Amino acid sequence: MVMVVFAFVLWALGWFVNVRLAEGAAARTVGVRLLVPVIFGVTILAMWELLVRGLNVPLVILPTPSMIAVRFSESTSILWVDFVQTILKGALSGYVMGALAAFGTAILVDRSDFLRRGLLPVGNFMAALPIVGTAPILVMWFGFDWHSKAAVVVVMVFFPILVNTVAGLRETSLMQRDLMQTYAASYWQGFFKLRLPAAMPFVFNGLKIATTLSLVGAIVAEFFGSPTVGMGFRISTSVGQLSLDMVWAEIVVAALAGSAFYGLVAISEKIVTFWHPSQRG
Amino acid sequence: MKSLIAVLTVIGVLVVIWYAACVPMNIKGVLTEAERAGAVVEPEGARERRNLGAFGLVAGNGFAIPATWAQARPRLPAPHQVAIELWQTTVMKKITSKRSLVHHAWVTLSATLLGFGIGTGLGILLAVGVVHSRVMDMSVMPWAIVSQTIPIIALAPMIIVVLYSIGVQGVLPKAVISAYLSFFPVVVGMVKGLRSPDMMQLDLLATYHASKPQGFWKLRLPASMPYLFTSLKIGVAASLVGAIVGELPTGAVAGLGARLLAGSYYGQTVQIWSALFMAAILAACLVGLLGVIERVTLKRMGMGS
Repeated sequence: MVMVVFAFVLWALGWFVNVRLAEGAAARTVGVRLLVPVIFGVTILAMWELLVRGLNVPLVILPTPSMIAVRFSESTSILWVDFVQTILKGALSGYVMGALAAFGTAILVDRSDFLRRGLLPVGNFMAALPIVGTAPILVMWFGFDWHSKAAVVVVMVFFPILVNTVAGLRETSLMQRDLMQTYAASYWQGFFKLRLPAAMPFVFNGLKIATTLSLVGAIVAEFFGSPTVGMGFRISTSVGQLSLDMVWAEIVVAALAGSAFYGLVAISEKIVTFWHPSQRG
Repeated sequence: MKSLIAVLTVIGVLVVIWYAACVPMNIKGVLTEAERAGAVVEPEGARERRNLGAFGLVAGNGFAIPATWAQARPRLPAPHQVAIELWQTTVMKKITSKRSLVHHAWVTLSATLLGFGIGTGLGILLAVGVVHSRVMDMSVMPWAIVSQTIPIIALAPMIIVVLYSIGVQGVLPKAVISAYLSFFPVVVGMVKGLRSPDMMQLDLLATYHASKPQGFWKLRLPASMPYLFTSLKIGVAASLVGAIVGELPTGAVAGLGARLLAGSYYGQTVQIWSALFMAAILAACLVGLLGVIERVTLKRMGMGS
């Protein structure tokens, strides 16, 4: 009971500090902007820990953050192997292949008005479909190892990147293209010097959407069959054994990997499209 | 009209590619069956054929090509096989039958809609809170944005098991996953939408001496509608994926995810493909329906194009 009361006191305290910070004079500084969500997150974790212990929630069903942290530090070797199998081999290789394929297709599609009219609606339609469902088929074709996971990822990331790239390549105005023509620029000169740079914000939009999709694809595909390693495999078997602290540890890995992956793409976007209004100022 | 022809051409080409792909994909199985039935196959014996490429086999055994489109358990079923299976399991079966795909689709759809409703409602509420409270904005929004970069679907198996162990089962656990997946897109989109009125418009309301609720109902909420619909379309697709994935880990007996899983266990490829197409049709209908609602709403609000 003491713990429950303490949890709510802590919550009130955290909220009070955040209110003071957010309404205070320093609210717009970078430090406060970072500090407020961190305080919020830490308060949530502490509440979780205290409430679970205070209300005697069975630890099997809901492990506390400290238990998860202990499990995480104890099984780093397993987590690392799973990370390599699912993220590096499955998701990342599929992501690269899918992105290249989508990019190539987009350039082809862009050269023909007819193809663009036909492929874009189909691509838009496909991007909204539950493509994860192809996982059982691809697992059947490519076997249980990471190849099938990479294949699922390729199919999943292909359409968002394709649609965004094609839209981006249309971004230049007639005036700009005319200017290139008056310079007697060839197709590829116009492509590399004008249309590709102009398309980059769109391309990166697609690439950013695809980062999360690639992890989802690689993890869910493992639910349909995998070797005895991998994050999806570990999650489904650990759930079966009711060792939920292991599941949470894998989710922490997935969260870290997802944010890092997204962050990397966002940083490269910043470098490549430094000229774009959204990146300045 | 021109676009329609182009789309139909692309779809036609895709179907042709699909038929063509069936031949090399299925040729090995067809030849094994044909040999067992007594036909002369070039080269003889499964072992000799193993080392040959699929295209070499096709070239040597032209007679077997029609059979690749009519296998019982092909590696890649032909389009008409999937279409026939879809027709038989939707129209020819009673909806109450366990083998009816409509029944399975309904199981998944009910979880999707329930979850989508919950997720959207909570998402809009949180967005309203975020827009009106600086503290909530600064505390919650960074986490809502970060949560979009992580594969939250990895939580699905655990949510199912945990809810099951505290006695919640049936449609609700799947709906929780659906709600969870549609929640964050709606929050992010709705916050963007509620913030979309510019300073000039807000100032105008201030000169009218409008109260905060009036400003919300008369300016912010209407202005947020285009953003809301965009994120609703993303959210409903995510909800469907959530409901399907939610059916995987428990070995559920009904639902599209269960059909996918059962199909992959027993090698029933036609069943997998038909379940997949059903899911696609469902997703298309949901997104399409939202699109229609969006168009009608925006038109009546005077924002339609």
